[in-house]
Amino acid sequence: MLTYILFMLVVGSIYALLAQSLMLSWGLAGLVNLGLAGFFAVGAYASAMLTTWEQVPILIGVFAAVLAGGFAGLLVCFSTLRLRDDYLAIVTLGFAEIVRIVASNEVWLTGGTDGISGVPVMIARDTGIWFHLGTLLITVAAVILVYVLQRRLLASPWGRALRAVREDQTVASVAGKSIVRFKAQAFSLAAAIAGLAGALYGHYTSYVAPDQFQPLITIYIFLAVTAGGNARPAGAVLGAYLLIAFLEATRFLAEIAPGVTALQAAALREIAVGIGLVIVLTLRPDGFLPERSQKAPAS
Amino acid sequence: MFDAVLQALVNGLIAGALLAIPALGFSAIFAVLRFPNFAIGALATAGAYVAWIANVTFGLPIVAAIVVAFVSAAIFGAALEYGALERLGRGGALMKAIGSLAMAMVIENVVRFFFGNDLRAFDLPLARDLVFGPIRIGPQQITNFIFALAIMVAVWAFLSFSSLGRSMRAVADNADLARLKGINPRLIALVTVAVGSGLCGVGGTLIGLDTSIDPLLGGRVLLSVFAAAVLGGLGSIPGAVAGAFVIGIVEEFTVLALAPAYRLAVGFIVILVVLVIRPSGLLGSKAG
Repeated sequence: MLTYILFMLVVGSIYALLAQSLMLSWGLAGLVNLGLAGFFAVGAYASAMLTTWEQVPILIGVFAAVLAGGFAGLLVCFSTLRLRDDYLAIVTLGFAEIVRIVASNEVWLTGGTDGISGVPVMIARDTGIWFHLGTLLITVAAVILVYVLQRRLLASPWGRALRAVREDQTVASVAGKSIVRFKAQAFSLAAAIAGLAGALYGHYTSYVAPDQFQPLITIYIFLAVTAGGNARPAGAVLGAYLLIAFLEATRFLAEIAPGVTALQAAALREIAVGIGLVIVLTLRPDGFLPERSQKAPAS
Repeated sequence: MFDAVLQALVNGLIAGALLAIPALGFSAIFAVLRFPNFAIGALATAGAYVAWIANVTFGLPIVAAIVVAFVSAAIFGAALEYGALERLGRGGALMKAIGSLAMAMVIENVVRFFFGNDLRAFDLPLARDLVFGPIRIGPQQITNFIFALAIMVAVWAFLSFSSLGRSMRAVADNADLARLKGINPRLIALVTVAVGSGLCGVGGTLIGLDTSIDPLLGGRVLLSVFAAAVLGGLGSIPGAVAGAFVIGIVEEFTVLALAPAYRLAVGFIVILVVLVIRPSGLLGSKAG
């Protein structure tokens, strides 16, 4: 039971990283990333391939995953930043699909649908409970690190300019801000955070395969971020842990429901998540922790 | 080699015609409501399943099943817009887009809950492929192709000659001006969503007739549909048809050169290339 709770907390922390990624691109910059699962996968594969096959130290693998995520982000947003925002939504959705197709078919590169097993873990597995506890500490440290970074970015002139871009592009560009540059920076940084989440995930489960990166995860994180508050780092983190609680509660409910097969139970959970997202978007789009308006700094 | 190319061209034309139907639906919805509706794939799946029930369980002929698919997908789509998405529109077009993606997941899983993940096939007579020189075509493919062309003509006639269709085009051009002329944009929006969703249901059924149906049927063609619409110019009706034919043919040619799984990548690459080179698409007027 303790192992189960620790496992859920680790997954929750990884979702908290993904939620912070989405908060940065969507909540702050107004860029919808429907391909979050794709960037998550890029990070997981980058680190898993380097550490498992090339025996690179985990720390360098994680660093490479962050770079890979950020680079993929730049590549994806590059073509659409000058256009209406819905183009980015379509392109990111496609990106996540492409990542899965490439991961499933390029066996020489990614191990195909079998995935990569035996990915090195961060804490030795034979330490029992310490394996989970230690990994939890590392992932929570990563969540805190990203949180502090986000807070500092938000309070900086960069963060203010970014919100100005989100609120009114014309005004921001009249004020001399390069819209495309700010959007590209925010999106790519957000993708890098998703890459970090992917790397940590791979080094916890010790296994990386295309099936782990279903588009479903993107919807989960959207639910977490909208429920928690999409423009505050604390909201995103809170939302991610609430999401895990909600998912596990629905899993439990689906299991005790009579006459329902495992497949049907899974379907019911996904229905609940989808309806939940629409309800939260409708009733409480600002989440539990709405954005605080900031006063202009005294000059 | 030449024979293989010719065969790919014929297959591509047929695939493009099938793709054109949901692409028309997506583009019509985008033209009037100004948001990308990500639920169209799931609506295509839902339409195909209702058609399958009509055909296999109730023994209706295929033509009747297609009509049933249109009507039911239209009802699902309009209910989705009226019940969930319309209210999200206050938060902007992107909110509706996200909401539609969530609803797509709901629909797909409702289908999965009742039917499971198994492949199902329509009740079709077994028939030998027709051979024209080096080219082979299944008789069902020809029928599907003719259905698809007939539906395109019907959509064109509806938009050109019926007063409802003309009102739709008026709202798409300029909603404020249309309102001044006494058109109710909200009603037109609902009708557009119904017609567009209905077309997706028909498209899903035709694709199901071509192969088989499962809960991911619509999700698999989603990217190709987007690519067709973006290539033709988002919101452009003739553009969606032209785009669908191009995508269908390019996908078939890709299969000649690469692993079949990569036909899905064609859509993505086309979208990227179009957005970099000519964001307004082949026949679109504005992007930005």
